Amino acid sequence: MKIVLTLILMAVLLIAPMLLSEFRLSLLGKFLAYAVLAIGLDLIWGYAGILSLGHGVYFGLGAYCMAMHLKLAAAGGRLPDFMSWSGIESLPWFWEPFRSAGAALALALLVPVSVALALGYLTFRNRIKGSFFSILSQALVIITVTLFVGQQGYTGGTNGLTNFDTFLGIPLGDPQTKLTLYYVTVAVVIATLAASLWLVSSRLGKILVAVRDAENRVRFIGFNPVAYKVFIYCASAALAGLAGVLFVLQEGIISPAQMGIVPSIEMVLWVAIGGRGTLFGAVLGAIVTNAAKSALSEAYPDLWPIMLGALFIVVVLFLPKGIAGTVKEWSERRGWFSSRGQEDGMPARQAPPASPAADI
Amino acid sequence: MSLVFLQLFNGVSLSSILLLIALGLAITFGLMNIINMAHGEFIMIGAYMAYTVQQLFQQFLPPSVFGYYFILSLAVAFLVAAAIGWLLETTLIRYLYGRPLDSLLATWGVSLVLQQAARSIFGAPNVAVQAPAWLEGGLAVTAELTLPYKRLFIIALVIVCLASIYLYLYRTRGGRNMRAVMQNRSMASCVGISSRRVDAFGFALGSGLAGIAGCALTLLGPIGPTIGTYYIVDAFMVVVLGGIGKLIGTVAGALGIGVFNTLFEYATSATLGKVIVFTLIIAFLQWKPAGLVTVKSRALD
Repeated sequence: MKIVLTLILMAVLLIAPMLLSEFRLSLLGKFLAYAVLAIGLDLIWGYAGILSLGHGVYFGLGAYCMAMHLKLAAAGGRLPDFMSWSGIESLPWFWEPFRSAGAALALALLVPVSVALALGYLTFRNRIKGSFFSILSQALVIITVTLFVGQQGYTGGTNGLTNFDTFLGIPLGDPQTKLTLYYVTVAVVIATLAASLWLVSSRLGKILVAVRDAENRVRFIGFNPVAYKVFIYCASAALAGLAGVLFVLQEGIISPAQMGIVPSIEMVLWVAIGGRGTLFGAVLGAIVTNAAKSALSEAYPDLWPIMLGALFIVVVLFLPKGIAGTVKEWSERRGWFSSRGQEDGMPARQAPPASPAADI
Repeated sequence: MSLVFLQLFNGVSLSSILLLIALGLAITFGLMNIINMAHGEFIMIGAYMAYTVQQLFQQFLPPSVFGYYFILSLAVAFLVAAAIGWLLETTLIRYLYGRPLDSLLATWGVSLVLQQAARSIFGAPNVAVQAPAWLEGGLAVTAELTLPYKRLFIIALVIVCLASIYLYLYRTRGGRNMRAVMQNRSMASCVGISSRRVDAFGFALGSGLAGIAGCALTLLGPIGPTIGTYYIVDAFMVVVLGGIGKLIGTVAGALGIGVFNTLFEYATSATLGKVIVFTLIIAFLQWKPAGLVTVKSRALD
């Protein structure tokens, strides 16, 4: 069933360039970069029960790493423009590694993972979870944004990094490059989806679901939940960093506004609307919510935050499983596509979601 | 020397504001275990109520009584914010009982709606609220050091609010019921306390406190639809640091964060100060993960 769905998704995304205008296609490419992030978030929230309201940080860190490389490439050996304005004389030492694209890509994954490792280990090992952890992740966002905005000379400040020309010698503004980047993003999304589907159906995935539902029992049985939580948290941070790289290559800008508190919470809302605990839901939620936001803000410039807020409230109250989750539950109740075994993170079909521990 | 004292005073002033905001959060979190992301918007409601009362006074009443608008606006801010909080609890939060992370998301949606509503009603740009004349100026302690009356007033206001909350929680029957529900909800219900009513009242109380905080914030600068978002994450940190269940924890947390924030900002730069405070909090949580002051219980979860 999942293979069929993945193939359908891949087919739809591959033929999209023939159906959409260039503007809409670039929007879809951005939404697909977000979808990679959403998959990461679904892994930690839907399957491991960790609600991180600060994933914008990892997204931003990955994006900034790639942006720093692009900025150096655009400056062509001289000092980037914003540094000259801010009175910096020479390139700071931590910008040096970003001259090479490979190093930038590696760092775009490693930097978010190291931050996630530090925060994750220090909090999970003290059994800080639930809302306390969410608050700490929010605080991380605030201080990162404050740091980036304050150090304008090193990071571009509130304006962020922009004005890129080329990546590996290929001009970024070219329609052909944009199409190629779109296909690369589609490939990354499908690969991430496939890898995550494999991961959650493996033993590791089952332990994660167990940690979500009853962490103390998992501990009593003899597993160390901290190791599993830290692992999946770092994995999702890596996916967020990857999403950041794809975002910056397609959009050509990254600023602290894209990694602040509001975007971080919106990321969680994509997964909530799409359906947590089902990876397709994450992809669907990312695309649908962002498309709705674009459409609403175009059509109702004054009222769209109210409509968006109302949408969130309605989904949380009446569709707690999200779109994909509700469809799944519906189809199971009617016996369509009876699957050969429960391989994913939703609680068992028969049992109503009565246990408070499962209602995260 | 007086510079250090001034920084300490500023730290205590910031702590007082954070305490006022965090008290409301601590009550709702301790009572219902929900994080109210719309708390910042109740601050905004309180601030805009002060603005409205000021406008009404200016339009309809003679200038000689203008000074008294502020006292009235404190009461109005409290009542309006409490009423909206009560409404929110009975129509939305109640159905999310037992799902703390879902209520977090739903209240985020509410905060979006409230912010946009404020923008539509009052306009997006910031508005200035004029402080009454008796709050202008400062207390000259020494030749170089002047403590502004506005900040002293806010500290006094917070002390009054804290004392009132303490008296309510520990000396009245309603407060005893609230403490009972905080400690053991099911047992309190068995004994005959209506936990629904206590929830609604507690949420209204917390929101009312946020309204008062918003009113107090009008003394410090112009107000706009996003005024709540600036203080809210710090207030959350106060709740995490201070621990749930006892007032003294919230007070200690607010003092710690406010004073250390100001001192580090003064010693290093504004951005680095916040980073250091956050790192210190994470380090502190290694030692005491549940916060500074906790209520001992045998429950594992």
